[in-house]
Amino acid sequence: MSDLPTVPAAPAAAAVPRRRRGSRVRVTGTDRIFLALMVIVPTVLVVGWVWLPAIASVVLSFARWTGVGGLDTIQWIGTENYKNVFTIYPPFYPALRHNVIWLVFLFVLPTLFGIFLAVLLDRELRGTRFYQTAFFLPVVLSLALIGFIWQLIYSRDQGLLNAVLHTQIDWYGDSKWNLWAVLVAASWKHAGYIMLLYLAGLKGVDPSLREAAAVDGASQVRTFFSVVLPVMRPINIIVLVVTVIEALRAFDIVWVINKGTNGLELIGTLVTSNVIGEASRIGFGSALATIMLVISLGFITIFLATVMRGEGQR
Amino acid sequence: MSRPRSESEYLARLRPPSVAATGISRRGFLKGTLGAGAAVSLSSLLAACGGGDDGGGGGGSTSQEVTLGSNQSDAVPKKAYADMMAASGLTVKVNTVDHENFQENINNYLQGNPDDVFTWFAGYRMRFFAAQGLAGDISDVYGGLSGFSDAFKQASTGDDGKQYFVPLTTYPWALFYRKSLWQERGYEPPKTLDELVTLSKQMQKDGLTPIAFADKDGWPAMGTFDQLNLRINGYQFHVDLMAGKKAWDSPEVKKVFDTWKGLLPYHQKDALGREWQEAAQSLLKKESGMYLLGMFVGQQFPKGKEQDDLDFFAFPEIDPSIGTGAIEAPIDGFMMAAKPKNEEGSKALLKYLGTAKAEDIALKADPTVIGASSEADTSAYTGLQQKAVEFIGSAESIAQFLDRDTRPDFASTVMLPGIQTFLKNPNDIDGLTKSLESQKKSIFTS
Amino acid sequence: MSSATVTRSPATPAIPAKAKRRRLTPGRVVLYVFVTLTALAWLFPVVWAVLNSFRDYNYVSVHGYASLGGFTFKNYVDAWQQGEFTRHFLNSLIITVPAVLLTLFLASCVAFVVARFSFRFNLILLGLFTAANLLPQQALLIPLYRAYREIPLPLWMSDSGQLLDSYWGLILVNVAFQTGFCTFVLSNYMKALPHEMYEAARVDGAGVPVQFFRITLPLCRPALAALATLQVTWIYNEFYWATVLMQSGDKFPITSSLNNLRGQFFTDYNLLSAGSIVIALPVLIVFFVLQKQFVAGLTLGSTKG
Repeated sequence: MSDLPTVPAAPAAAAVPRRRRGSRVRVTGTDRIFLALMVIVPTVLVVGWVWLPAIASVVLSFARWTGVGGLDTIQWIGTENYKNVFTIYPPFYPALRHNVIWLVFLFVLPTLFGIFLAVLLDRELRGTRFYQTAFFLPVVLSLALIGFIWQLIYSRDQGLLNAVLHTQIDWYGDSKWNLWAVLVAASWKHAGYIMLLYLAGLKGVDPSLREAAAVDGASQVRTFFSVVLPVMRPINIIVLVVTVIEALRAFDIVWVINKGTNGLELIGTLVTSNVIGEASRIGFGSALATIMLVISLGFITIFLATVMRGEGQR
Repeated sequence: MSRPRSESEYLARLRPPSVAATGISRRGFLKGTLGAGAAVSLSSLLAACGGGDDGGGGGGSTSQEVTLGSNQSDAVPKKAYADMMAASGLTVKVNTVDHENFQENINNYLQGNPDDVFTWFAGYRMRFFAAQGLAGDISDVYGGLSGFSDAFKQASTGDDGKQYFVPLTTYPWALFYRKSLWQERGYEPPKTLDELVTLSKQMQKDGLTPIAFADKDGWPAMGTFDQLNLRINGYQFHVDLMAGKKAWDSPEVKKVFDTWKGLLPYHQKDALGREWQEAAQSLLKKESGMYLLGMFVGQQFPKGKEQDDLDFFAFPEIDPSIGTGAIEAPIDGFMMAAKPKNEEGSKALLKYLGTAKAEDIALKADPTVIGASSEADTSAYTGLQQKAVEFIGSAESIAQFLDRDTRPDFASTVMLPGIQTFLKNPNDIDGLTKSLESQKKSIFTS
Repeated sequence: MSSATVTRSPATPAIPAKAKRRRLTPGRVVLYVFVTLTALAWLFPVVWAVLNSFRDYNYVSVHGYASLGGFTFKNYVDAWQQGEFTRHFLNSLIITVPAVLLTLFLASCVAFVVARFSFRFNLILLGLFTAANLLPQQALLIPLYRAYREIPLPLWMSDSGQLLDSYWGLILVNVAFQTGFCTFVLSNYMKALPHEMYEAARVDGAGVPVQFFRITLPLCRPALAALATLQVTWIYNEFYWATVLMQSGDKFPITSSLNNLRGQFFTDYNLLSAGSIVIALPVLIVFFVLQKQFVAGLTLGSTKG
């Protein structure tokens, strides 16, 4: 997970020393050069490694190319790749469906559960360190590793689940079950992460708000929904965006299981299997990639708007 | 497959130590043969020649080093390759890459900095690279080689009539079974489709799974498709279909799927969750009657009594006018890079590799393949290998396997999931074939 | 269960943390029980893996999983050797350390500029960087893959001669991806630094480099430590880029080498457990030792330090 946004300042955060607005510091000579370098070098890296490829992906999606040979072997075919993706590519709609299922599942179960856990752990329990550690542990493991560890539970012949339930289901191999099995494993990680984000946010909520609500006679539940939740709006949005991005980007865990086939198709795996290896359907894969980009950019824009609004206030 | 109940059973499931000890790879069988082992140890073992190139340009000489890119990363075959190279009389530096990676990255490899000579397969894949100008013309080497039948020469020839490939080993796809089990139950190898069905029904009554089956990795089932297509529509139709010249929603292809659907009840269930090694184990344990696979199925059988118990027969005839003359026998061998650093040395190496002597050394480690040359020493061959020699030698036409005979992007992104879809739902053949055809049209345009 | 009185009762919402002694009401007991059970359930898969990693496969296959006995260290040794962990851990090290250092450095540079000066492009820059972090990696695969193939590297930097299949290639792509997040966090952090300090430094004649290296960076140490912890974990766990941009099996970092272990470990799950635990160990250690930094890194911005 490399997309962790931070929890932005809750509105009632401690006062930040205000810089004198509008004081434009004059920068001269060598300072100018340094500043320029400090900005330009990282920007070149990020633009060159992230944004340019993104644009190139979009451009390539209008082409047919095997990747063998130079740029002169590219044939431009307009929107034919998209037409093919939407009409004749059998794994596409299942993959889309799986991504949506991933999103809904991730949201309904681990996200809400994570929030619930955060609320519980905010109750000042003894040994809260232990609980936090326990829930947060899966977050530091890579999803690929998680797929491996849960193999011990899901394996048909040697897994714990079948031993306990006395069934013979191949949890990872049966397309009826494997998506759900994988989602459980992914949720195991996701819940802890959401819990932590939310817990931090909760700790940042001004206690006076809650005291006021208590004095007014509100129950805990009422307090949470009417007072705390609205104040946590920025965090709620972040949690939502993070969940969406994770659902869209899901890849690692299904790739180690079966390279995204037989019930575990995801848009991310479709792009990858069309491109690496001998398949090398560059244009077609780019069309799939562009679809991913478009969907994510929608959500990223929401995220940026929320976060930047916070920035603008500083 | 259940958990092995004893240590011996567990050990039996491991590959026999004489053959690959580790690294069951999805593609392991396609190379079938021997290999030059795990990347690290071998490269360091043989890297006495040091890095850097020896003489720029295409000249070079036989006294300079020749580099070889090898995908044979399994432990034991790697040693055989090392021995083979050592006996060549040339200085050969072998660079080994894990077999799956080697294949996946072949595009990059050939366009980047390939070794002078590299392992590859015959068939469309070979012709594809030759046509792209990524492989060197070795017709002159070929002219000096003997012992390759016309079928092998044909498999080594590119679209322009020149040769680009030197065969090393090959192995047949057929229906494998355990002689002892069949003798015990009084089964006879079926000669026609009807006999196969009757036999399967009998096996079911006797409590066996008639035909073992596994398609988790997606490619094994292609073998079944190929056999059925070769029998129902003949070799030429199969080749044309692979080349994109025939329609996938034609009645001929639909007939293939229909026939397959009729046979599915006799195949092992839940194939999509099973890997071929597991299916081979069921054959070993006498839980299945037969298994349609390449001869590498023997790698799962312990050396000795069990391996000797293995036998095979050709896929039965379906259409009497077509008969059983067409078989599937993938050929592994070598190609030369388009611009090798040491061209003379490369050609000398290839000439050596095309001899029976080289093959003999390679075959010492892996008894589940046979040498491609008719001059290979068959005296040390097991019964299975002898039978394979005769089987391949007497074949009228040889196909390479679906994913070697057609465009790789078509094979991996269309056929692989397509066949898996068929196995999950064999009833919608019309829908499936229509989808395959429209996807094929979108890929085969160039 | 809340009361209108002001007496301290466990049902009232959080009173600032001084109150440690709380009366154990049934509600609170239920809470403890629930959280404890859930936490234990949460730990279970890892505990199960650890347990299995110490069991000998032959023993387990005979006696079943629910038995005791058959404990051995052999699995760890085997996993280490078969998976060639030494090499892969080394690879991970070679990739992770430079990547983390470079990321933090570059992110600090940009954060400094954005926090310290209010140029017009600040917001755009920040947006560009933050969004870069959130883009799906698969969407960027193709052009990067191809570009990597084209860009030559001198042989002393990469033995493949290209950016593809080289450590530098992987380091750079990780840096590009992670810089966004770090920039965002650091810029928040740096904005909270008192302006007067810089004024004083300027008066003393300190130029931008001095301000940056002598004043800002040292003050940012907590944030940098927190981010370093996070980045080490993420880059170590990074699976996608390593899988697609590396080709030689022996150059794979440890997490991507999992792909190759599948085949070898497919029968022996005890071996698999041992391998998984070994791979998880570095991040687990980092987590336990530096948990505070880890959490701080994720939550920077809501409270400072």
